[in-house]
Amino acid sequence: MSERVAVRKTYKLFIGGKFPRSESGRSYLVQDANVSLASRKDARDAVVAARAAVKGWAGATAYNRGQILYRVAEMLEGRREQFVALGLPGDEVDAAVDRWVWYAGWSDKLSQVYGGANPVAGPYFNLSAPEPTGVVAAVAPETPALLGLVSVIAPAIVTGNTVVVATSPTQPLAAVTLAEVLATSDLPGGVVNLLTGKITETVPTLAAHMDVNAIDLTGVTDAELAVELEVKAAQNLKRVLRPAPVDHDWSADPGITRMTTLLETKTVWHPKGV
Amino acid sequence: MFEYAPAPESRSVVDLKPSYGLFIDGTFVDPTDGGSFKSINPASEEVLAEVAEAGAQDVDRAVRAAREAYEKVWGPMPGRDRAKYLFRIARIIQERSRELAVLESLDNGKPIKESRDVDLPLVAAHFFYYAGWADKLEHAGFGANPRPLGVAAQVIPWNFPLLMLAWKIAPALAAGNTVVLKPAETTPLTALLFAEICQQADLPAGVVNIVTGAGDTGRALVEHPGVDKVAFTGSTEVGRAIARSVAGTRKKLTLELGGKAANIVFDDAPVDQAVEGIVNGIFFNQGHVCCAGSRLLVQENVADRVLESLKRRMAQLRVGDPLDKNTDIGAINSAAQLERIRELSDAGSAEGAERWSPPCELPERGFWFAPTIFTGVTQAHRIAREEIFGPVLSVLTFRTPAEAVEKANNTPYGLSAGIWTDKGSRILWTADRLRAGVVWANTFNKFDPTSPFGGYKESGYGREGGRHGLEGYLNV
Repeated sequence: MSERVAVRKTYKLFIGGKFPRSESGRSYLVQDANVSLASRKDARDAVVAARAAVKGWAGATAYNRGQILYRVAEMLEGRREQFVALGLPGDEVDAAVDRWVWYAGWSDKLSQVYGGANPVAGPYFNLSAPEPTGVVAAVAPETPALLGLVSVIAPAIVTGNTVVVATSPTQPLAAVTLAEVLATSDLPGGVVNLLTGKITETVPTLAAHMDVNAIDLTGVTDAELAVELEVKAAQNLKRVLRPAPVDHDWSADPGITRMTTLLETKTVWHPKGV
Repeated sequence: MFEYAPAPESRSVVDLKPSYGLFIDGTFVDPTDGGSFKSINPASEEVLAEVAEAGAQDVDRAVRAAREAYEKVWGPMPGRDRAKYLFRIARIIQERSRELAVLESLDNGKPIKESRDVDLPLVAAHFFYYAGWADKLEHAGFGANPRPLGVAAQVIPWNFPLLMLAWKIAPALAAGNTVVLKPAETTPLTALLFAEICQQADLPAGVVNIVTGAGDTGRALVEHPGVDKVAFTGSTEVGRAIARSVAGTRKKLTLELGGKAANIVFDDAPVDQAVEGIVNGIFFNQGHVCCAGSRLLVQENVADRVLESLKRRMAQLRVGDPLDKNTDIGAINSAAQLERIRELSDAGSAEGAERWSPPCELPERGFWFAPTIFTGVTQAHRIAREEIFGPVLSVLTFRTPAEAVEKANNTPYGLSAGIWTDKGSRILWTADRLRAGVVWANTFNKFDPTSPFGGYKESGYGREGGRHGLEGYLNV
């Protein structure tokens, strides 16, 4: 009996809830697979998809977003072995699952922790509450390919933002496999969009894009590129998360800064009276 | 208009020196590589004082003084003692509030009733509020041991000179930073009087440094490699340049920039109250307010009634001597700003909007602009898109709440917005959808030290006021 011939997977981009190839028709060979080499046009398409998803996702209840993030954790747990087969340490996959669970719980708590009633000196109701900034562009760290990616996506979307992420160029398979997890977790299409390929090709387009509200430079290791991207981001005053230090401990408690940098605080006043 | 006898506030309470140096390391010093410039009274064009212009070397000296004070005195000082200095400053401001209010009106042109009843009380309240935070930072919600950043470079505008100083210096010092502050070149005098107050409070030398000058001085300050934090309030254009200049540095940046706020009046709003809010929204402080309600969006079916009432009310506004206690609208802050207001207003007429001002006699000397409204404005008009920063209101109409929200958000800015309606659920529905950092419902232009202030989109980032205001000055 001859051995069964395996069915190989095609690794593609993740944009608007679908898995398109790069519009450029290009791919690059990495981890023994032909992975889509995203173009500037793909980056712009991803921003359009992310913008279209903002209204529904930001408008969803915090409870609903929390449940969907928890669902992502469930789906990821179920596919643990797939990630291990890609060469990821089991501990990292477990930590990534736990990170989804941790952020899922934040969805309906951050407003109380980060906002509140302000005791103004006058007869006014005055309340400050955080809101998502909108579309976030992010550069995932080179490594850890899965935990780093999850640590960039989850804090952005838990509060109602949508993201376009440039994934680890050398380990894109974990990212595309995570997209399969996201696609089966009731996450609306366009909330997370993943671009595989070269950071230098897609991210300058995202940094300069006038319909992107914030940029997370976490995974940028080239200092000159980081400066170039931050300068581009200033054109429409994007909120900026600067690159993470090279020795950043991804297993440590993330704190809330990654979430709060991507939020706007809205303060509403109303007079009191009869 | 009903005639009032003049009721001028006395200038004698202000003791102006003919010239002022830079306030560096606790003393007033002459600039080493800068020159000097004159600060004038915009209501009369008289010279008030000659002020030193800090050059790059002077800025460097100020940053070094701030660094030394941070490392040796202010950083190591227990929070409870920093608090006491800030409380002390708050008290001196209250005690000398008349003097500060008169000087503010002289240098800025704003009506004395505003500097006396709005600016100065808020300045003192800001210091009092942040004083109390200095020894409670570990309870502020930023983790167990939040640390100051170091030296803060702060650049402030001319529209609320002393209030913007308070918004910058109070939280910075409470968090344990030292500061180098550059006031605007047309309104440096109250900042220099504040420097004297720091001396009077025995604030340790170098904790607060004031470098006067124009754009070059500000640029030297924010680009100085020795600063850890940059805080800027001013135009979006300059804010963008600053955001570029700090790229790749460790400097933490907060920006409070321009605005083009929509003030939305629904058809069920009480007209008289709404008109008061519209007038306050655009004519307060001559419209030199980044959060001014400069776009009136009024529901079509009540537009005629609201406009008729608004015009009647505008005819009662008193334009003139800022030191007169009856004055509602003072002088435009500078010849350059007056030119900008004129240019944009002319563009409004040229693009087809209809211009109206009440009959209004303007003084001959000084910089003046009559309160003005434009009707028939479309979203494409420059006066509906660009920040005028003057007493000029653009009026647009809408039919449905959804249209109001869409028009309100159709701007790169997002600092503030107003909503006028009697229906509670409509207020909350609208407030949820407005992309603006401060939403005033059935009120406008209210400020408080406990209440975070700052913008969405190109109105900047970071918040000033409240617990949020500490975040920009801590390593969190």
